Amino acid sequence: MKQSITLDKITKFMGFEFLRTLKLIFTGKIEKEDFRNFLRKVVVPLASMLLFIGLWHMGSQALYNTEATYKIEKALTEQGQEAADAMEACIASGAVKCQPNTLPSPAQVWASFNTLLDDHFAIRADKQAFAEKTAALNAKRIAEGKDAITYTGRPSFVDQILTSIKTVFAGFLLALLIAVPIGIVIGLSKTLRSSVNWLIQIFKPVSPVVWLLLVFMIVKTLTKDSNSDSAFIISFISVGLCSMWATLVNTAMGVSSVDKDYINVAKVLKLGTFQKVFKVILPSALPLIFTGLRITLSVSWMVLIAIELLAQSPGLGSFVWEEFQNGAIDSNSKIIVAMFIIGGIGFLLDRIMLTVQNMISFNKNDGI
Amino acid sequence: MAYLELNNIYKTYGKGEHATEVLSNINLSIEEGEFVAIVGFTGSGKTTLVNLINGLLQPTSGEVLFKSEPVVGTSHERGVIFQNYSLLPWLTVGQNIYMAVKEAFPKKSKSEINDIVAEYVEMVSLSHAINKRPKELSGGMRQRVAVARALAMKPEMIIMDEPLGALDALTRGNLQDEILNIWGKDKRTALLITNDVDEGIYMADRIIPLRPGPNATLGPEFKIDIDRPRDKTEMNDNPNFKKTRNAIIEYLMDIGNERKSVSKTEYVLPELTPKDFVNRF
Repeated sequence: MKQSITLDKITKFMGFEFLRTLKLIFTGKIEKEDFRNFLRKVVVPLASMLLFIGLWHMGSQALYNTEATYKIEKALTEQGQEAADAMEACIASGAVKCQPNTLPSPAQVWASFNTLLDDHFAIRADKQAFAEKTAALNAKRIAEGKDAITYTGRPSFVDQILTSIKTVFAGFLLALLIAVPIGIVIGLSKTLRSSVNWLIQIFKPVSPVVWLLLVFMIVKTLTKDSNSDSAFIISFISVGLCSMWATLVNTAMGVSSVDKDYINVAKVLKLGTFQKVFKVILPSALPLIFTGLRITLSVSWMVLIAIELLAQSPGLGSFVWEEFQNGAIDSNSKIIVAMFIIGGIGFLLDRIMLTVQNMISFNKNDGI
Repeated sequence: MAYLELNNIYKTYGKGEHATEVLSNINLSIEEGEFVAIVGFTGSGKTTLVNLINGLLQPTSGEVLFKSEPVVGTSHERGVIFQNYSLLPWLTVGQNIYMAVKEAFPKKSKSEINDIVAEYVEMVSLSHAINKRPKELSGGMRQRVAVARALAMKPEMIIMDEPLGALDALTRGNLQDEILNIWGKDKRTALLITNDVDEGIYMADRIIPLRPGPNATLGPEFKIDIDRPRDKTEMNDNPNFKKTRNAIIEYLMDIGNERKSVSKTEYVLPELTPKDFVNRF
């Protein structure tokens, strides 16, 4: 019997149950219990969000004032009363050259977000124009067997987000392809498990930065002659190596701790080794494997930012770093925008994995 | 030569100082077509005994002979119904049975196997639930699936390890009848392990009590001379039934008392009197 997949089920799987309440409100079929749920799941979180933004606003205001006072006092002690007055007027006028550099307020961050979006659309239009302009020439070049001319302008914020997501998925895929098979093999054999245990225990806590350097040493040599994108290769391999440990350990544990009853069943049915692994051990280890993969995905997103920052590969990490080096008036607020985007995407990735995990697992978990 | 024979079986768990002997000097022989019940207290080593017979465990010393051949591993000739169902939760009822049948008859075609599966699911009247997963079934239904899975492999001998232990009295009665029906149809050999004397008397030809472990041994056997098919309500008035039942229960009670009186140590409690609180204030 196939279970029908409804919108309700999907939202429940993903932990967005409050959407159902919203639907009930709009369709008018609301009961007291639903209303209480709505209060708890929508109104309370919204209120706490507002409180958060309010506190942030006040905090940034206080920091701004402290910084401004400090600037004025500094001008007073170093250059005298006249300079101090000039500084005060300059700050009050909002001129770029003398703005206090501190935590941006929510409004500034929102403005930066819009700037980044506008910038993205501008770059996209530019790209399109470039593509149209070079279309004829490129067709000719390809016909002649030459490489096409590609757009070499700077990437927009959205491009960088997409690059980051691409890197994280490549890294995640690498982690999956390495960790799951190895996890299964070492889960099945006690001897193998104790022989590689030291390796896992030692490499598991190694920081992403060190992994990056290690991968850099190897990839640099290997890609010496080719003109492939080594920054991308280095960052996705580092992400994979950093994040695969959770899956490796969970898979090995899931495979080695299969319920003894199931093993007895396999013995009584006289299943062959291959059958035993694929029909009994793996299905029963699947929930744990997916828990590991979920941890792996969130870890890979977390380390990605640090790795991009260091590897200078395009993406959110290098965006943050460049903005920090840049020191423009809206750099700080752009960094905060990136922070929220990073958090939001991380949350979304986790939800996707949770959904997959819930669909696969035979004991339906409640969303966590 | 008997169909199944256990000669001087000893089973010890652990090694050296920590060794505990669970079974000592077990001797048992079962004839072909016979229905034997072994009755014992919980923790007396019943499951160990079953696992020795089905080949999941090997005895420390002694030998298990099945059709005069020593038992060295599990075999499709001996079907097992486990105490805790042991269905694979990610497979449906049909898939659970399909997997067993496919292993037992690897040469049969897919449709032949499907026919066998359908036949046995029908036999335990679960046709409506063939596509359900074990989690969606009640305890009694799950145990029926386990029964169907064991029988669909067409074993020559059925070994049941407290198959109905976790079920309520009503479901238990129904399943007892179902198992007896199936056993009666083609007279397979059956070994039932149970802690319920009435269940043993109702179902078996012979009852053998297992004296509680450690060092569990088999007690004297009790023959049940009641004609089949047996009827539960009529049986209650059968003098033979009453006699056998009383004899078995008396025997088990005696063992229980014996076990209690094993510890002769008397504990002397220190003489303590409560502190005199009243006069302190």
